[in-house]
Amino acid sequence: MSTVFIALQTNDDTRPIIESIMADNPHARLNEAPAMVKIDAEGKLTVKRESIEERLGREFDLQELHINLISLSGNLDETDDELTLSWNS
Amino acid sequence: MDMQVAKKKLGLKERYALMTRDLGWDTTYQPMNKVFPQAEYEGIKIHDWSKWEDPFRLTMDAYWKYQAEKEKKLYAIIDAYAQNNGHLNVTDARYINAIKLFLNGISPLEYMAHRGFAGVGRQFPGVGTRVACLMQSLDEIRHSQTQIHAMSNYNKYYNGFHDYTTMIQRVWYLSVPRSFFDDAITAGPFEFMIAIGFSFEYVLTNLLFVPFVSGAAYNGDMGTMTFGFSAQSDEARHMTLGLECIKFMLEQDPANVPIVQRWIDKWAWRGYRVLTLVGMMMDYMLPKRVMSWKEAWEIYFEENGGALFNDLARYGIRPPKFLDQIAFDKDHISHQAWGTFYNYAAACNFHSWTPTDDEMDWLSAKYPNSFDKYYRPRLEHWREEAKKGNRFYNKTLPMLCQTCQIPMIFTEPGDPTKICYRESDYKGTKYHFCSDGCKDIFDHEPEKYIQSWLPVHQIYQGNCFNPGVDPTAPGFDALGAVLDYYNMAVGRDNLDFEGSEDQKNFEAWRGMATKNI
Amino acid sequence: MGVAAIKEYVGENKDRLENFHGNQLLYVGWEDHLMFCAPFAFPFPPAMRFGDVIEKVLPGAFGYHPDWAKIDWSKVEWFKSGQPWAPNFAKSLAENGLRHKDVVRFRTPGLTGIKGSCS
Ligand SMILES: [Fe+2]
Ligand SMILES: [Fe+2]
Repeated sequence: MSTVFIALQTNDDTRPIIESIMADNPHARLNEAPAMVKIDAEGKLTVKRESIEERLGREFDLQELHINLISLSGNLDETDDELTLSWNS
Repeated sequence: MDMQVAKKKLGLKERYALMTRDLGWDTTYQPMNKVFPQAEYEGIKIHDWSKWEDPFRLTMDAYWKYQAEKEKKLYAIIDAYAQNNGHLNVTDARYINAIKLFLNGISPLEYMAHRGFAGVGRQFPGVGTRVACLMQSLDEIRHSQTQIHAMSNYNKYYNGFHDYTTMIQRVWYLSVPRSFFDDAITAGPFEFMIAIGFSFEYVLTNLLFVPFVSGAAYNGDMGTMTFGFSAQSDEARHMTLGLECIKFMLEQDPANVPIVQRWIDKWAWRGYRVLTLVGMMMDYMLPKRVMSWKEAWEIYFEENGGALFNDLARYGIRPPKFLDQIAFDKDHISHQAWGTFYNYAAACNFHSWTPTDDEMDWLSAKYPNSFDKYYRPRLEHWREEAKKGNRFYNKTLPMLCQTCQIPMIFTEPGDPTKICYRESDYKGTKYHFCSDGCKDIFDHEPEKYIQSWLPVHQIYQGNCFNPGVDPTAPGFDALGAVLDYYNMAVGRDNLDFEGSEDQKNFEAWRGMATKNI
Repeated sequence: MGVAAIKEYVGENKDRLENFHGNQLLYVGWEDHLMFCAPFAFPFPPAMRFGDVIEKVLPGAFGYHPDWAKIDWSKVEWFKSGQPWAPNFAKSLAENGLRHKDVVRFRTPGLTGIKGSCS
C-alpha cells in the first residue's frame, strides 16, 4: 500500500483542520516540522468539511484549504463535503 | 402553477461545469487543427477532451478570492519582517547565501513558468486544461513578483542580489536552471506539461519549497518562509494538474504510453540534476538543519514519488530510468556540488566556506557511507590551507555537460572516486556528458542540444566580455572581464564568506540590534 | 529523429571549431584528484606542443595540489576518450591526433589525493 500525504502550514487557521484530519483518519501519522506539518496516511486520507466546521464553530468552504496548503500527493477528489487523496495501487 | 422552491446554491461540480467546461466551442472559420497547430505534432493522440478532470474544480471567482487572501497574508508578513529588521534574526549571515542562490536561480524561472503556461494554455484545444493552465500562469507571475519583493528587502543589506535579470542570462552556474526551462519551453505543449507539471512541480518543488522552506523558518527567515509557503500553496494545485495531465494522456490512447514514458525518463533526470543545487543548500548552507538532503530525497522522491509510479503502473508506465544510480548518488551529490562552488567561489555572486567541526560531525552522522571517506579530507585540507592564507580558488574553467550544463563533477555509477565521462559523435563533432542520463537525452534529440549555450565555451569564444573590451591587450585579466560582464563586484559579491562585507556588516548590525551603542 | 518539431528543424552547433579564433578545445582530467571538481577545458592552438601543455599550462591549473610536485611523468598513464593512449610530448596537439573537443585524462600511479581519499 502506498502513502498519501497532505502538508499544511501551522497557524491558527490550520489547528482545527489538522485536528479534524487526525480525528477522521485514525491511521494517519502526524509529522511536525518547523512551521508546517505533514500528515501521511496509508492508501487514503479524507478531509471532512463537517468535522472542521464543528471545531471551527462556523461554516467552512473546503476550498479555504488552499490558503494554508503546502503540498499533497495522491489522486485527489474534491466535493462540497470532502476532499480525498488516494492511490489506486 | 408550480411552487417556487428556494434554489439551493450550486454544488462544486455543477459550478465547475457551468463556469469552466461550458466555456468553449469549436471554431467555424478555420478548422480546429489550424487554430491549435501544436496539439498534434508531438504524437500524442487525444480523442475526447471532455474526459479531462480537474479534481480541485476551482472556478475563477473562487480563485481570485483565495489568491487575494494569500497575498494579504504574505505581504503582512513581508512588511513585518522588513519593519522589524527580521533579517538580523537569521541564525547567521552564511544563511543569506542560500537565499541568494534561490532568488537568483529560481525566481526568474517563475516568470518563465508564467509565460510557459500562458503559451500552452493557448495551444490546448480542451477547455478544462486551458483554464487550469491559465490559473497556473497567473500563479507563476505572482510567484515571480512576490519573490522579487522578497529579494528587494535583502538587497538593501546584502551583496549579490542586485541584478538577477542580467545574471540569469550570463552567469555560468545559472545556465543550469535557465537551460532546464529553455528546454521545457521550446518543447511542445504536452511535453511542457510533463517537464514543468510533473518534473518541476512534483519532483523539484516538493523538495525545494517544503523541507528547504521549513528550514528557512527554522533559521529565522520569515521572509523566505512566507513567500515559499505561499508559492507552494499553489503548487498543490500545480502538481495535481501535472498528474491529471499524465493520466489523461495515458487514458486517451495506448500509443501515448511510450511517448509519455520517454518524457518521464527525460524530465525526471533533468529535474534531478537541477536538484543538486537544492541538495547542497540543505546540507551546507542552512546553519540549522532540518533534515539532510538524503533524508528529504528518501521521503519526497523515493516514498512519495514511488507511490506515484506504483499508481501509474496500471497504464504500463515504469519508474524513470537510472533509479539505481540516483539511489547510490544520494550519498554524494550534495558534497560534490558544494565542493564545486568552493572551487569556483571567485566567479560566484554568493559566498562559500568550509563547514565548522559541528557541521562536519553532522554530515558524518547523516552520511556514514560517504562523508568521512571521500569528502571530509578535502574540506579539512581546504580549511587548513585557508588558515595559512592559501584559500583554494580554482581559476581554470571546467568542462561542462552538453545537456544539463553542470560542470562534469558527477562520478561513475557505483564509484565516487571516478569522474563519469560520456560522449557522443554527431555530424562530425564530439559532445560530452556527465552521465548516461544526459547522454540519453542528447542522443534522442541531438539537433536541439547541439545549440546549448555553454558558459565556458562562450567565454573562450570571446562572447562574455563587455563591449569595447580587448582580450588581446597585454596583461588582459580574463576572469575580471568576465565578472564585469556578469555584473559581479569583485571582492564584494564573490570569494569566501570569511572576511566578506556581508559577514562584517551582519556582525556590526546584529551588535547594534542587541546593545545600546 | 533529430528533434520533435512542427516543421523542418536544423540546429546550430554553437561550438564549431571556427568560433574559437584559431584555437581548439582540449579537456584534461586528473584521475583520483577530485579536489578539482571537474576536468578542465582549455582553448589551445592545434600547433601547440603537447609538452608545453604539461609544462606551461597544467601547473597553473593543478599546482595547488600537494601531489602535483610528486608526479613522475615517466610513469603517468594517459587515456583519450577513456582508452589507453600514448602522447608524444615533443609533438603538437594535432600531430598527437588531438582534435577539437577531445578529452584526455591522466593517472598518476601511487598518488591518490588528500589522505588517499581521491580528493
Ligand atoms: Fe511557481
Ligand atoms: Fe549532465
